Amino acid sequence: MTAVLPSRPAAPAVRPDRPVGGRLIDQFEYGLDAPICLTWELTYACNLACVHCLSSSGRRDPRELSTAEAEGVIDELQRMQVFYVNVGGGEPTVRPDFWHLLDYAIDHQVGVKFSTNGIKLDKARAAQLAATDYVDVQISLDGATAEVNDRVRGAGSFATATRALENLAEAGMKDFKVSVVVTRENAGQLDAFKALTDSFGAQLRITRLRPSGRGADVWDQLHPTQAQQRDLYNWLLANGDNVLTGDSFFHLSAFGEALPGLNLCGAGRVVCLIDPVGDVYACPFAIHENFLAGNVRDEGGFQRVWQQSELFADLRSPQTGGACTKCAHFDACRGGCMAAKFFTGLPLDGPDPECVQGYGESALAARDSERVAPKSHIDHSHSGPVRGQPTLLGFPSIPAKLCDESPLAGMA
Amino acid sequence: MTSAEPAAVIRDESAGAFDPDLAWQRARSVAMRPEPFGALVYHFGNRKLSFLKSKLLVSVVEALEQHPSVHATLAACEVPEAQRPAYVKALADLARSQMIERRELPA
Repeated sequence: MTAVLPSRPAAPAVRPDRPVGGRLIDQFEYGLDAPICLTWELTYACNLACVHCLSSSGRRDPRELSTAEAEGVIDELQRMQVFYVNVGGGEPTVRPDFWHLLDYAIDHQVGVKFSTNGIKLDKARAAQLAATDYVDVQISLDGATAEVNDRVRGAGSFATATRALENLAEAGMKDFKVSVVVTRENAGQLDAFKALTDSFGAQLRITRLRPSGRGADVWDQLHPTQAQQRDLYNWLLANGDNVLTGDSFFHLSAFGEALPGLNLCGAGRVVCLIDPVGDVYACPFAIHENFLAGNVRDEGGFQRVWQQSELFADLRSPQTGGACTKCAHFDACRGGCMAAKFFTGLPLDGPDPECVQGYGESALAARDSERVAPKSHIDHSHSGPVRGQPTLLGFPSIPAKLCDESPLAGMA
Repeated sequence: MTSAEPAAVIRDESAGAFDPDLAWQRARSVAMRPEPFGALVYHFGNRKLSFLKSKLLVSVVEALEQHPSVHATLAACEVPEAQRPAYVKALADLARSQMIERRELPA
C-alpha cells in the first residue's frame, strides 16, 4: 500500500499581485519580508516523552546547530528585524549553551519567549530570568491536575511544572505563562487552568492540539469533541481578552463571531519554524518534507529561504479554489489549519478535520481506505522506555523516582 | 490608502491623551520594519506589535519629528485632505500603544 500525499495547494500560473490597502489579513496572505512569529526549536532532546509531541522529540540529533551556528542565526534575525522568537524543542533548556544563547539573542535585540517543561527552572534560574528584560517563559502543562496532566506528559511532570511556576512567582518574574494544549481530557478544566494560573500571578495560554509528530498517533483519542469545541468557543468569547491563544483557534470563528487575533493560516506567510538541525519548515506543526523550504546552513542563510524559497512563494497567495471557498463561513475560518488537514490525510483545499460546520467529519469518513495519512520520517522519539513515561497509551509507568512507590510495596 | 483604519493596533490598553496640535515623534524604543504594504512597528519596552497599513503613513510617522504638530506633518507629507481624519485616528491609536510619543519643542 502506498501513501498518497495530498499535494500542496497548486501555485497559480501567474501569482496574483498584492492588493494595495485593504485589510491586514489580506496583506498577510501575500507574506511579509520577515516573519512576525518565528519558532526555533533548539534541540530534539527532551527529558519527557509526551504522547502528543508535535516534533516527535526525545533524542538529540547529532547534526544540531552548534553554538556558533546558532549565534549566526541570531545575527541574521537581528539584521532582518525579527524582534522576537519563540524558542522550544525538545526541551530547550537541556542544551548546555541555552543560557548563553538566551543572553546572546537579547543582546542582539532578538527577544526570546521560550517554552519549557520546567526541568531546569530552579530558584537560581528563576531569579536570573526575573532579572532579565526581554525574556518570556512558558511552562507547558496539559492538565490542571496531576492525574490529567501526567497521563499525557508523564509521571512527575505536573510536579516539575508547578515547582517551576512557584520558583518564578517567588522570584518576582512578571508575565510568565502557563501553556496548555487543549485536549478531550482537559477541555473541561479551562476554569481550573485559569484559577491555577492566576494563583501564580501568571497568564494562561491555550493552543490547539494538532495531529503533528506523535500527535498524529493520539489525535483520534485526544482531539476535542464537537461539543467541547463549542464550549471552548463560548469560553474564549467570554474570557478571550485575558487568555493568549497564539491565534491557533481561528477555525472556531466559523461558529459565528471572529475570535481575537489573526484569523488565518500564517504558514510561510507570517510564521515558520527553524528546527534543531537548521531546516526551515512552513510552520511548527508541519515537520514534513512537503513543507521543508530550505536550511539555514544553505548559501544565503535563513533570509534567502524566507524570501526566495519556492515553497513559501507558493503559500503566499490567497486560496481561490477548493470546496471551502464556496462555504458561507470561508471568510471566517479560511479553511482552517494546513497541518491538521495534511496529517489527517485530507486535501489542503478542503475542510479542516475539526471544521465546526461538520464538513471535516464527513471528509474524514469519506477518506479512501487505501489512502494512508502522510507520516513524517523525522522522528527523534526515545527508543526505549522513559522514566515516568505517560500512561495514556496503556504502557505501564516506570516510577519517576524509586521512592515514589512505597518501599514496602509488594512486601506485605 | 482608502481604509478608514490605516493602523491595526494589535493590543492597546494604556489610554493616553492624543493632541494633534502638539509635536510628536516615533518613540525612541520603537523600531519600524519596512514591509511591502507599509511597516511593522515594534516596541521593545512593552513588546507591542502594530502595523502601518500604508507607505504614506510610514512616511508620516517618520516625519513627525521634523514638524511642530501632527497637522503640519500631514500637510508636509501631502496627505489628501479627505484622508486626514483617518490619519489622525491612526496616530491616536499609535499614541495609545506608545508607538509614538510627545516631543518637547525647543523653547
